[in-house]
Amino acid sequence: MDKNVVELRGVYKTIHDLDVLRNITLEVREGEFLTLLGPSGCGKTTLLRLISGFEEPTQGSISIDGKDVAGLPPHERHVHTVFQSYALFPHMTVFENIAFGLRCQKLSQADIQTRVVDILSMVKLSKFSGRKPAQLSGGQQQRVAIARAIVNRPRVLLLDEPLSSLDYRLRKTMQIELKQLQRQLGITFIFVTHDQEEALSLSDRVVVMQEGVVEQVGTPRQVYEEPMSLTVANFIGEVNVFAGKVLSADNSKQVAVEVMGKQRTTKCGLALAPGEDVHVLIRPEDVRVWGKVEVEDASEMFAGQVEEVTYKGSTVDLMVRLENNQVVAAAEFFDEDDDRLEYKIGEPVWVSWAPGWEVILKHEA
Amino acid sequence: MTQKSLAATAYLSLMYVFLYLPIIVLVLYSFNNAQYSLVWKGFTWDWYRALFENSSLWVATYHSLLLGAAAATVATGIGVLAAVSLYRYRFFGRQFLNGLIFILILSPEIVTGAALLILFTLICLPLGFLSLLISHITFCLPFVIVVAYSRLVSFDKNIFEAAKDLGASEGVIFGRIIFPLLWPALFSAWLLSFTLSLDDVIISYFVAGPEFQILPLQIYAMVRSGIKPEINALCSVLFFITLFFVLLSQLVLRKKA
Amino acid sequence: MKRDAGFKHFSLTVVWSWLFLFALLPFSLVVIASWLSHHADHFVSLPFTVDNYRALNNLIYLHIFERSFVVAGIATMGCLLLGYPFAYCLARIQGVRKAVLIMLIMIPFWTSSLIRSYALIAILKARGILNSVLLGLGVIHQPLSILFTHEAVIIGLIYNLLPFMVLPILTNVERLDNRLIDAARDLGANRLTVFRKIIIPLTMPGILAGCILVFLPAMTLFYISDILGGAKSILLGNLIQNQFLITQHWPLGSAMSVMLTAVLAVLIALYAWKTRGSKNREWMA
Repeated sequence: MDKNVVELRGVYKTIHDLDVLRNITLEVREGEFLTLLGPSGCGKTTLLRLISGFEEPTQGSISIDGKDVAGLPPHERHVHTVFQSYALFPHMTVFENIAFGLRCQKLSQADIQTRVVDILSMVKLSKFSGRKPAQLSGGQQQRVAIARAIVNRPRVLLLDEPLSSLDYRLRKTMQIELKQLQRQLGITFIFVTHDQEEALSLSDRVVVMQEGVVEQVGTPRQVYEEPMSLTVANFIGEVNVFAGKVLSADNSKQVAVEVMGKQRTTKCGLALAPGEDVHVLIRPEDVRVWGKVEVEDASEMFAGQVEEVTYKGSTVDLMVRLENNQVVAAAEFFDEDDDRLEYKIGEPVWVSWAPGWEVILKHEA
Repeated sequence: MTQKSLAATAYLSLMYVFLYLPIIVLVLYSFNNAQYSLVWKGFTWDWYRALFENSSLWVATYHSLLLGAAAATVATGIGVLAAVSLYRYRFFGRQFLNGLIFILILSPEIVTGAALLILFTLICLPLGFLSLLISHITFCLPFVIVVAYSRLVSFDKNIFEAAKDLGASEGVIFGRIIFPLLWPALFSAWLLSFTLSLDDVIISYFVAGPEFQILPLQIYAMVRSGIKPEINALCSVLFFITLFFVLLSQLVLRKKA
Repeated sequence: MKRDAGFKHFSLTVVWSWLFLFALLPFSLVVIASWLSHHADHFVSLPFTVDNYRALNNLIYLHIFERSFVVAGIATMGCLLLGYPFAYCLARIQGVRKAVLIMLIMIPFWTSSLIRSYALIAILKARGILNSVLLGLGVIHQPLSILFTHEAVIIGLIYNLLPFMVLPILTNVERLDNRLIDAARDLGANRLTVFRKIIIPLTMPGILAGCILVFLPAMTLFYISDILGGAKSILLGNLIQNQFLITQHWPLGSAMSVMLTAVLAVLIALYAWKTRGSKNREWMA
């Protein structure tokens, strides 16, 4: 039975007259991997610190396991934090680092020994228990930081951009390890990052934040394929935005819009009125580009000229300037046998997309 | 070597000679078998022997060592608390405290000495060991704070939050995290305070009493009353002792850095 | 979080108590004393008076102030001229040698300056090393009587205070971004211009800090002027010491101390003003 292990209701945080967080209402489900995603300054780290107890909200309530935790210091909340810099105690060995929290709780030496040894084997660091942090690699230090937190069996593990100081390769490996660890332990993880690719690949749910406000909460697929605002759509992946006008709206959730002179029909759950201005969003990988010679019936397509071709190995990215001067980004999978993908700059092309793949958003100022 | 670095090396060497020549001369003449002349008249241990037999100097030495050790210890104790408080806590008057320490460092020793003399007279504290001790602790304190604070600043700030997160109280944080990481700096600060106390002339001049003789003031009196060869021997000995402590503290600090 | 305040309160109490009693209070007393009247038996008494400050306007005292300024000023200049190249060359050195060399500067810094000043006597006196060498080389034909003159005091001050000039400049030069010099050379500046327009301005905080660290003590290290300058050389430090310990005119001595502190405050304000916004301010610690 899914219950909420952390709940935030109407949380505000003001620092030095600046509204860092505004009206945050959020539920974290037991056992899930939740990611707080957003650009620097959006308030995600502050939110983490409110949950962990290092800061108190200016307004609103936070409860963990149904209990309001206002005023409760960090170590009494049964949540633990893994810091971006790992914050390992440099003068203690790996074993002593991990045992620190247990020692503070005054567990018996035998208990401590058992639990630490268990955790060490879980994070695959058993051979390193006598080493000092300076003698470990970045990835190993990070595992010690995680072990140190989870050995205390917290209800929630908070991770503040733990992978951002690792290089690309190591990052990918650690992402997989983290995900497996989380599944193995069954502990709720709240993960903070500004890297949307990381968020999408790790999370059960993603909380997209911008300027202190929660823009959208959903599964990775939901936030990618069904963004609810331009902010979310622009932040996650690339997106083309067209201006459109509603032609007709149907209560069975079909909507016809006019985009750049042509009509498109697509699913849309919003309540729209005919004549209303909307944004029509389409992701580059859903855009199709055709050479002039390949197409016979171009009535439903948009004419354009290739401005930029970027070969990226697995895809070819094209920037096409349409007749209304708007530039469209298109990403096509590169197929070596398909010589239709050898576009030249300046070449006239036709642009279209598969019907029904668009996302319609109400017009935002 | 290029011309530029040749000139640089020459200049540096010259400067170092300038800095150390008087001391070398001093040490050499402490072995010179002549009372007042500066012509070399042969090697002798005489002046060291005379020094050894001068009981008043022994008393003064003992006093100075005692004073130095006590002042260094207390100053280090208070100083570490001050440095940790400034580093960790936000409290009312923090900037003022900073300013006060700053004033203490930059204040000319004469003013500090005079100020303390006025205080002791006001509270009717007789000038002697206690007045010296209090004064020495006070002028050593800023140095300890500076040394300790600059070491604290080099730590990852997050380790304190991590410790709190894991359940450590302030006392535990100090005892199990701050102190183990800080002790080389504290040792160095102790040695620094010890040598500063041993060598202090100006402040001691103001607040010392007739009963508790200390070495620097004795040397000062001896120097003013005319050159005696024993002074050479005494100064040489003291110089090497201080040198030893300086090297020791630098080694410890570097090794643990 | 609130219950854990025990340790914090203990620390703050200890620190504040000590600094209040033995730093704030004494300094305040000096200021107060400077406004009080002289009393033969217990040094100070009411009523409050401005007399002490007025007394400073005495010709003899003014002469001493002026001389102290000049001596301290020359000593500072000397330290700067000798110390700046020293620091600059030292900063350019890399590796273990540098650490050793820096330690060699620190040693004089830590060892008794009384002893080192005393050591200078052997060199500077009429039949001392300096004269013997110069006479021997034929550079002079009569021994220079340097000892017990202002020159000796200045030499003594420079000798003692040189490390205080070198260390701040050293840390400043070390923080100098070499790429700035490269950029200037790349744009066509010759060595002299680079030095004048880039290096000097950027190391100004260190220079100013060094000057303050030398100038103030140069005015107040009374034992140096006592040993090397003798009775002829009375500088501000000797004067203040006199007031407190010999003539026992505490209010006057306090007034002089206050004036000295005012000079210090002005210098620091100048330093702060000149280095505002500069990142190179942390020459200390």
